[in-house]
This record gives sequence, C-alpha cells and structure tokens, in this order.
Amino acid sequence: MTILVIADHDNQQVAPATFNVLGAAAKLNQDVHVLVMGQGAEKVAETLGAAAGVAKVLLVNNALCAHPTAEQVSAQILSIADQYDYFLVAATTFGKNFMPRVAAKLGVAQISEITEVVDGETFKRPVYAGNAIATVKSRDAKKAITVRATGFDPLSGEGNAAVESLDLVADLAKSSFISQELTKSERPELTSAKIIISGGRGMQSGDNFHLLEAIADKLGAAVGASRAAVDAGFVPNDYQVGQTGKIVAPDLYIAVGISGAIQHLAGMKDSKVIVAINKDEEAPIFSVADYGLVMDLFKALPELNEALG
Amino acid sequence: MKILVAVKRVIDANVKVRVKADNSGVETANVKLSMNPFCEIAVEEAVRLKEKGVATEVIAVSIGNTQSQETLRTAMALGADRGILVETDQNLESLAVAQVLKTLVEAEQVDLVILGKQSIDSDNNQTGQMLAALLDWPQGTFASKVDVADGHVTVMREVDGGLETIKLQLPAVVTTDLRLNEPRFASLPNIMKAKRKPLDIKPIADTGVDITPHLEILSVAPPATRQAGIKVESVAQLVEKLRNEAKVI
Repeated sequence: MTILVIADHDNQQVAPATFNVLGAAAKLNQDVHVLVMGQGAEKVAETLGAAAGVAKVLLVNNALCAHPTAEQVSAQILSIADQYDYFLVAATTFGKNFMPRVAAKLGVAQISEITEVVDGETFKRPVYAGNAIATVKSRDAKKAITVRATGFDPLSGEGNAAVESLDLVADLAKSSFISQELTKSERPELTSAKIIISGGRGMQSGDNFHLLEAIADKLGAAVGASRAAVDAGFVPNDYQVGQTGKIVAPDLYIAVGISGAIQHLAGMKDSKVIVAINKDEEAPIFSVADYGLVMDLFKALPELNEALG
Repeated sequence: MKILVAVKRVIDANVKVRVKADNSGVETANVKLSMNPFCEIAVEEAVRLKEKGVATEVIAVSIGNTQSQETLRTAMALGADRGILVETDQNLESLAVAQVLKTLVEAEQVDLVILGKQSIDSDNNQTGQMLAALLDWPQGTFASKVDVADGHVTVMREVDGGLETIKLQLPAVVTTDLRLNEPRFASLPNIMKAKRKPLDIKPIADTGVDITPHLEILSVAPPATRQAGIKVESVAQLVEKLRNEAKVI
C-alpha cells in the first residue's frame, strides 16, 4: 500500500501546493513516494526528498519533458501504476490536466479537489461552486485524487529520502509543448499568500490596480481579481480568484470593488478574515465579510495606504 | 472535418442551490436549468470553426434525461447541425460519460471533440481528459485559443502562471476555458429553425457502457456558514480592527 504523489514544479522550485498534498497524503498513513518529471529538476527532487514523510523520490530528468504534457505524465505514471494504490496531485492546472487521464486508463473514477480525508476510502469535496460539500466513498481499488491545497496543512521539514532515476517512457508523437508566457510578479504567489487584496469591476481600469499594488507591497500581499476585472482586461487572467480561477484561503482577504457573485465567493470564502470595501451597501460580499466598509474605493484605498504607513 | 460537442444540462449558474433536508443531494425540482456555461463556449467555438470553413458538420450530444433535448435544441439554435441524446435518468460519473462519448466519436467518425472544461454542478473537470485517454488522442485542456491547420490543432491553454501553447495532432480533444470566446445569443428565427434539425434519441443501454457508479455519495451537506461581520465607519477603524482584533496585519 503506497501513495504516489506527483510533484508540481517549474524545474527550479516546488509549487507550494505540492507540500499541502504531502499533508493530505500523511492522513492516509501509507508510504509516500514522489514523482518528479522535468529537465534539470535535481534540486526539486532533493527538496522533496527532504520533506517529512517522503520515503522515496522518483526523478525523470529529460530534456524532452521540460514542460511535461498530460500525455507524458500519464504514460509515466501508468508504467509504474502496479506498485501504487493512491495517486495524489495538487488540484493545480498541472494536476487537473493529467490525473483524469490516469484514472480513465486505470478504469477508475477520479475524486476531484478533496478538502478532507475521512478515511482511506472516504473523502469530502465541494460541489456546486462550494455551495455544498459531498462526502464520497470510492469503490475502486486504486484511487486517483486531486487535492485542494487550501484544505490541508503543508508538510515540509525533516526527511531524508533517496532519489532514484527513472527513464522517460512517453512518446511525443501526438502532442508537443510550443511555448509559454508567464505573468511576471515580485509579489507572493496567489494560492499560497497569507494576505490577498483583490479588485473587481469597481476598479474601473487596469491603471487603477496600482492603488491595490501599493497596499499589497506594504502588507506583503498578493494581488487578485474577480472575473469581471479579468474579462474587462484590467489584469491578466491568472489573477482570477473564483470557481473558474484560483481557490484561495489566506489569513486575510480584502475584496475591493467586488460585488461577491457565487462564482467569486467559491474561490475565497474559506479565508480566515474577509474585508469588503464597496460603495454599494447591498453588495452580497458584505454577507460574508467580517469587516465591511461602505465607502468609495477611490477614497478608501489612498486612506488605507496612508494608514498602513 | 466533423466536430462533436458535448453539452450538459445543469442548474443555472445564477441559482443559489439548496441542499435537500435529507442530505441526499441538492434540490433540483422547480429550479431553473440551463446549458452549462463552459459547454456554451464549446458550441460557439465549434460553430465558429464551421463558419471559417474548417469544419463541415457540428454534432451536439448530451447524456441525460428527456428534458436534455431542450439543451440540444439550444445548441442547434446556436448553430450545431444535429443532435444526439443518449437518454438516461441516472446521473452519470465522468468516466461513464467519457465511455459513452467514445462510442459516439467512433460511430460518427469525428476529428475533433470540444467539451467544456468542467460542469458547474459536479465541478469535476475530468470528462474531456478521460475521453482523450480512452481514445488515445492528445488533449488540449483549458483552451483560451484554438487554431486548426494542416492536420494539427494549436491550443493556447490557461495555466496557473499564465498561458501555455501546445500543438496536437488531429484527431484531438479540446476543453474550453471561459475566455475562449463570447457565446452568441440564439435569434428567434434560429430557434425556430433548430426545431426542424434532426435529433436522434437513443437509450443508454444501446451504447453497451456499464454505468454502475464507482463512487458512492454518502451525503451532501451545506458548507459551514459564514456570518456577516460588522460594518466599520472609517478606514482608521478598519485598520485598528485588523491590527488589534483580528491580528492579521
């Protein structure tokens, strides 16, 4: 009975959500192996080998999988699937992309975005944009699972697992990576930030986001956005918090000029403290906010910036 | 080239769902149902590919109860040429849906399947990937741009850090993200025309797919409710509360 955790990383650094997956794996009380696929990803493998609870790291280091496709990752997993009962990955775009492919090939159901491990076969997961929590029991011998990072504490810390090299098994005949265009930011990554300040349609333009950025820099916060702000072209779409964007659960979430549609709430309502700044006192966001300030954001944000010194 | 688009009938995105008192599921009686928003985007993209002359025929398919015909008529009003309903009263899991779709893909000899990236009820985000796996076709998930040329489809994908472009050999499976396109509205003449387009209905038993669930739903419960907090009067008061009461800054 062994768990295979598939690492999400960018060849340099481990995506923080991977450590939350190790936290979820620890709840299953089985040996944990971690699969790392990439190019020049030795440091990633070492970091994961040093994480608590990891018994072995399997490293596929190959120039052909610098940006592994779903086809490559699933073929690699299937080549060693006999040895494992659980397959776990973070519910990032990386994990969501390949895990259902693995599940289908194994002929099992995938359990998406679990937020709680009840026992070895039973898991909780949100449905209907987080408006209901389903408890599901798997009847499959092998379990393919994606993990919602915000549901579990991260495990890093003290381990000393060996790194074993594996050969790349996948062929690239049918799909290939062409290019990527990443949004550059000095601020913390949205899904792992302790504080997030998000803007909505009320920001009126992309230029006005500098009002949020100034405050974010003072708080060491990440900047997010509602779908309305993204669709209006104010900020790139990887800023989006919501059912169709990123799911976050920071200590403090500040929603500025965001009405609080179901879609957006699904992405942030598990935050510890929610602050809403909105001039419409009827806005649904106030029904989930711990602290609400009914005020024009163009007046409130400079004042807030000032007050934070 | 033929394109198959899979559409699902779900509780309308603007409805606030209510969990049933016996925790067996959510209330669907007397609730507005619509086409899943990601599926609408899939239909729109297929129709645009037909308008560009890339596709010759767009087939919309749905798996569900008899009312799902309405969802297929909507797809046809948006421009799909014909519809196929695989009829069942049971809620199918993603794997079974993928298996049923595979039988249709093979029977219809399509070159491209477009699906939404996820349905807004089960929030699974699985079916497209599973279908690609079962067919052994390449996949382009979370697409925000799709170009078909020379036997390949180039897909720009929305990934966590930004965008990624991949190239797939046809036949392939593509799943749509919200920003792929802006779906059109069906005009009244097109809604009337859609009523005369062919719609085949076949029972799920004819597909030979085993639809026994792999997952048992033990309960569906409302999430922990969050109470509205307090309204503060000024920015100064807000900062004071965050510093001294919530202690988060």
